[in-house]
Amino acid sequence: MMNDSMELYQDVILDHNKSPRNQRRIEVADRKAVGYNPLCGDHVSVTIKLDGDVVSDVAFEGSGCAISTASASLMTESLKGKTLEEAKHLFERFHGLVTGETEQLEEAEGMGKLAVFSGVCNYPARVKCATLAWHTLKAALENDDGKVTTE
Amino acid sequence: MSEVNASMVAGQRGTVEPFDVARIREDFPILRQTVRDKPLVYLDNAATTQKPQAVIDTLLQYYGAQNANIHRGVYRLSVKATELYEEARRKVRRFLNASRVEEIVFTSGTTDAINLVAQSYVRPRVSRGDEILLTEMEHHSNIVPWQLLCEQTGATIRVVPINEAGELEMNRFHELLTDRTKFVAISHVSNALGTINPVAEMVAAAHERGVSVLVDGAQGVPHLPVDVTAIDCDFYAFSGHKVFGPTGVGALHAKYELLEEMPPWRGGGDMIKSVSFDGTVYNDVPYKFEAGTPNIAGVIGLGAALDYVSAIGLSAIAEYEGRLLDHATRVFSSLPHVRVIGTAAEKASVMSFVVDDVHPHDVGTILDQQGIAVRTGHHCAQPVMTHFGVPATVRASLAFYNTTAEIDALATGLNEVIAVFE
Repeated sequence: MMNDSMELYQDVILDHNKSPRNQRRIEVADRKAVGYNPLCGDHVSVTIKLDGDVVSDVAFEGSGCAISTASASLMTESLKGKTLEEAKHLFERFHGLVTGETEQLEEAEGMGKLAVFSGVCNYPARVKCATLAWHTLKAALENDDGKVTTE
Repeated sequence: MSEVNASMVAGQRGTVEPFDVARIREDFPILRQTVRDKPLVYLDNAATTQKPQAVIDTLLQYYGAQNANIHRGVYRLSVKATELYEEARRKVRRFLNASRVEEIVFTSGTTDAINLVAQSYVRPRVSRGDEILLTEMEHHSNIVPWQLLCEQTGATIRVVPINEAGELEMNRFHELLTDRTKFVAISHVSNALGTINPVAEMVAAAHERGVSVLVDGAQGVPHLPVDVTAIDCDFYAFSGHKVFGPTGVGALHAKYELLEEMPPWRGGGDMIKSVSFDGTVYNDVPYKFEAGTPNIAGVIGLGAALDYVSAIGLSAIAEYEGRLLDHATRVFSSLPHVRVIGTAAEKASVMSFVVDDVHPHDVGTILDQQGIAVRTGHHCAQPVMTHFGVPATVRASLAFYNTTAEIDALATGLNEVIAVFE
């Protein structure tokens, strides 16, 4: 029973849920967006500081389930030092990983800690939890109206 | 009074035999399945109920041997389908103890019925300055149709608040019922909290001021004997799929004289007597509210569902579910980190709860891994969530086929949740 639960709720996810990294607001941000999941009422905001086209700082605020909180936290960790193009590419790879659209092993390779989310694709109802922060990131990177929903 | 007591004693005597839940479960084929090699524990009955074989057989029989369009065919098959459809209307009348069969309008469900009442009965009667009185515990389906009405008419919505137990603040109800109140719409039983509202008392108070009342009975009919004559409400709406019948069908009970006054809401075939481009003569009540080919199979299936629950008896069901609720309440009180939301003195078998520091969706996923189906989210009652300061809850809603063993499985599952997030 415990093993089943741990397929999704791996230690890294539980750790980032309990102690989220970069959970704050960058007051003078170059890019920002707000995301909302109307299914569960979860909301997240992402703020980004740029140095040229490199992400020098990224933070999130919001409340949600363990999957969405850990996903936001791990996302911020994995983005620092990436260029805007690399960040967008990472979004695509993460999206492919959790939706199961691409081969997991291939996708998970080189994704570091983000690979802990490979189990999410077995839980279709939870994919939106894992992608909320990432969709919000994408909106911030594209600098559109800055509001996204997972619906 | 003595007659009432006598009948209650007789009713109790009738249910002295232990409620044979094992036998009842055999009637529900879906309950035999396993999820991840564990028996399905279905605790999402407030969202939709499972169907007994009798209802499934009725649908098969209809489509396999009885299907034809109703009301105007002269051939045998159409006459038979019409008989079955109208027999279901008589079954709904009996089930609700309505005084006339013409008072039963088939709809696609509770939502459809409430929209019908809002648009056909209330809309012509309200204007700016008038008030519609709702309660804080309403399902969105008994909020949004009234918001649409207010946008159309300039009327405003007033809301009866709930207390910390999730009960209506009745003194506030009486204060909010004023000369400006033109209509009252209240749920019989709260889907998010389980609270059973004193609807007869509320109807009497509204009627003293000449105000009509709609009761949203979506969660009432699966759990309680409902007598619309005793409640004296003007409108009572419910859905087939929440009372062990098919989806996509429901019924509205309305007092005959009100239906007579109401204009049709939707135009189309079957709701007319004659049509010409100079003018159309509408059909009689209730047909003038049933435009287009209705959900014939659904209506007949609903009739079969009402037969099924009536054979068990709503009093016996309420008594058994009361014992399930007592068991669940006892079990939950011993669970650490679990807080029950909705602790009304009068409550149906619904357990809404939160687990400290664990989001309801995480609770739901871990329970699912043990084959336990619960609902997580706002239950289409966001004002209730706001009242209790939570974004969402976990809800286990019980039906008469659930068992104390399933409640114990839920408790085991919750201990697993707590262990994962320790």
